[in-house]
Amino acid sequence: MKHLLSINDLTKFEAIEILNTAQELARISDGPMKKLPTLRGRTIVNLFAEDSTRTRISFEAAAKRLSADVINFSAKGSSISKGESLKDTAQTLQAMGADAVIIRHSASGAAQRLADSRWMSGAVINAGDGTHEHPSQALLDAFTIRKHLAKSDEDLNGLRIVIVGDVLHSRVARSNVLLLSKLGAHVTLVAPPTLLPVGVESWPCQTSYDLDSVLKSADAVMMLRLQMERMSELFFPSAREYSRYFGLNGDRLRLLKKDAIVMHPGPMNRGLEITADAADGARSVIVEQVANGVSVRMAILYMLLAGSTKIGNLL
Amino acid sequence: MSSRSSNFLLKSLTLPNGDISDIEISDGVITATGKSLTSKDQSTELDFAGRIVLPGLVDLHTHLREPGKEDAETVLSGSRAAAKGGFVAISAMANTSPVADTAGVVEQVFALGQSAGFVDVFPIGAVTQGLVGETLSEIGAMADSRARVRIFSDDGNCVHDPLVMRRALEYVKQFDGVIAQHAQDPRLTIGSQMNEGEISSKLGLKGWPAVAEEAIIARDVLLADHVKSRLHICHLTTAGGVEIIRWAKARGINVTAEVTPHHLLLSDEYAQSYDPIFKVNPPLRTQRDIEALREGLADGTIDIVATDHAPHPAEAKECEWQEAAFGMLGLETALAIVNQTMVQTGLMNWEAVAERMSIAPARIGKYSQHGLPIEVGSVANLTIIDPLAKYRVDRDLVSSRSRNTPFHAMELQGVIQATFFRGLPTLLNGELISINSYDDN
Repeated sequence: MKHLLSINDLTKFEAIEILNTAQELARISDGPMKKLPTLRGRTIVNLFAEDSTRTRISFEAAAKRLSADVINFSAKGSSISKGESLKDTAQTLQAMGADAVIIRHSASGAAQRLADSRWMSGAVINAGDGTHEHPSQALLDAFTIRKHLAKSDEDLNGLRIVIVGDVLHSRVARSNVLLLSKLGAHVTLVAPPTLLPVGVESWPCQTSYDLDSVLKSADAVMMLRLQMERMSELFFPSAREYSRYFGLNGDRLRLLKKDAIVMHPGPMNRGLEITADAADGARSVIVEQVANGVSVRMAILYMLLAGSTKIGNLL
Repeated sequence: MSSRSSNFLLKSLTLPNGDISDIEISDGVITATGKSLTSKDQSTELDFAGRIVLPGLVDLHTHLREPGKEDAETVLSGSRAAAKGGFVAISAMANTSPVADTAGVVEQVFALGQSAGFVDVFPIGAVTQGLVGETLSEIGAMADSRARVRIFSDDGNCVHDPLVMRRALEYVKQFDGVIAQHAQDPRLTIGSQMNEGEISSKLGLKGWPAVAEEAIIARDVLLADHVKSRLHICHLTTAGGVEIIRWAKARGINVTAEVTPHHLLLSDEYAQSYDPIFKVNPPLRTQRDIEALREGLADGTIDIVATDHAPHPAEAKECEWQEAAFGMLGLETALAIVNQTMVQTGLMNWEAVAERMSIAPARIGKYSQHGLPIEVGSVANLTIIDPLAKYRVDRDLVSSRSRNTPFHAMELQGVIQATFFRGLPTLLNGELISINSYDDN
């Protein structure tokens, strides 16, 4: 595997390998020597053509813990904001000797364009492309779910995962449906019909319009961020009505099973898709997701750039 | 070029009806047909055994980009591409800069076509000023101009306001004009990128629902019926659209429809590459739609094939999908694709190809010197194709000024052998020749 553009690039075996590697790396990170020499001398570019703080910082931390040189290339104030094309940006990065480019972009497919073109030869890692995919987020979510709920390290068999909110515009939802179903979990998407894409019936998951009815059997409930401009685009009548039917609040928390966990990829709209008692309560693993993100992204860089998941060989 | 002959004897051609015939051309006109014709003095004899001859192809939907975007195409470069594809007449869409919404612009484009000398370039006039859908253009002035415009279209934009559409349909009745509608409800397609369905849901590209096209077609056939005018639907892409046209024709409504070669061949699965070479308006649809379009073209529900030839410079396609321009080249590959998808599959014979690609488009556009039967007395506008030969499309070898062909590296069946325009070869032995270069004679 040269690039990570979509969950479809991964076999189940490779996905589990990444999670296992991440687990190993997390253990090392907890020890006295946080930093590994693995990617010393390698150059990794964070190409963030769309604003994002947490994903960029997470990848940056991951790359630095592997001793890579990290260059941050952000939208604001860069040549991208001055209208430079993706092609020219890519060729510039190539000329500077980037071994890998981590790309966040508002256009679906931008990462694949970068990988398929002959504009650059390094590895491409999709850190979120438009409304398409966000594979590293799905991997860290699977990592978190496995840690809390899985009966085996080999799969997520039998677990029921509920993903709630703006599925139509969510790259997190797309990647999670692909990955969690690949790992054996049952995924149910819950959203108003306006926020489920036409064609969702071909996805490997179920859908529902009724959050309360699916919460009772859920092992994990993942809330998606809702952008307020969706209201003006007629996807729902009001924020209040959205929260009433699709928000996670104290009453709904009580419907969940004893061990069920609450997840959110962030950033949260508190009071809209999730209330404070759900976000901050005992079931919430939201902060832990962030920590796991660094380990999982280290594992991804490891796998793509060191060409191996066998940590022992590289220490 | 003064040594070039203007008399030709074309030997052993297969006519659209399957008969074998020679064709004699003198001074631009067919002067004899039949078997075993013999050469007169100073005439050039060419053997076309095994080749099909068609009345010269006529395209009702071509973007030539001149004036305004000469980096993408000019009237001359587009004319050359047309001759290479077997066309003798093309119709220049109005979305140039300035827009072809005045007599001045259409006369300029018409004159550029005549001076290029590869095909007749018939300008299409804008329905509304600046293509913005609000105020009618000076339709009468364009109709009366030297360009004799009969087709009006805001192509690229839909005439979405039903009142504007009604008035336009009514207004063109005075000279038997036709409104060619780009059927696309603008509100249902804000930011749309590709056909809305399974594949768009997975790719996260904003969907372009079939209903956005079909709703306008349904509205407009009813309007055309009400005001008893002539409506042409550009680039039909959906199975539902075919059904509506079929219904309207059964009701006796005066509507015609076109399909592009690319919509006969390519499905939305090509979008999975995220390569915007496959980004086009209207979008590539599903295999089911393709089947319906082929069936509709075969049974005559769809009257014509039109290319929607849409050249773009490299930078308009070498980018992210959602940033890229809509459109693909079509002139040079059209007949091969029709051969491959319709003739070689047994859906259509060559008489039907002649009807859909020459006779019917000439009738719709009122191009009186085109789409004529291959018989003595007709202007010698002819297209000759080897239907069995195959070739690999190479974007570096196109005659168009742009290279945005979605068929690059694909193998197509059907090679154009010669194009005769007003009795002179504009394409022969792989060479493109302007008929104006013969004037030195």
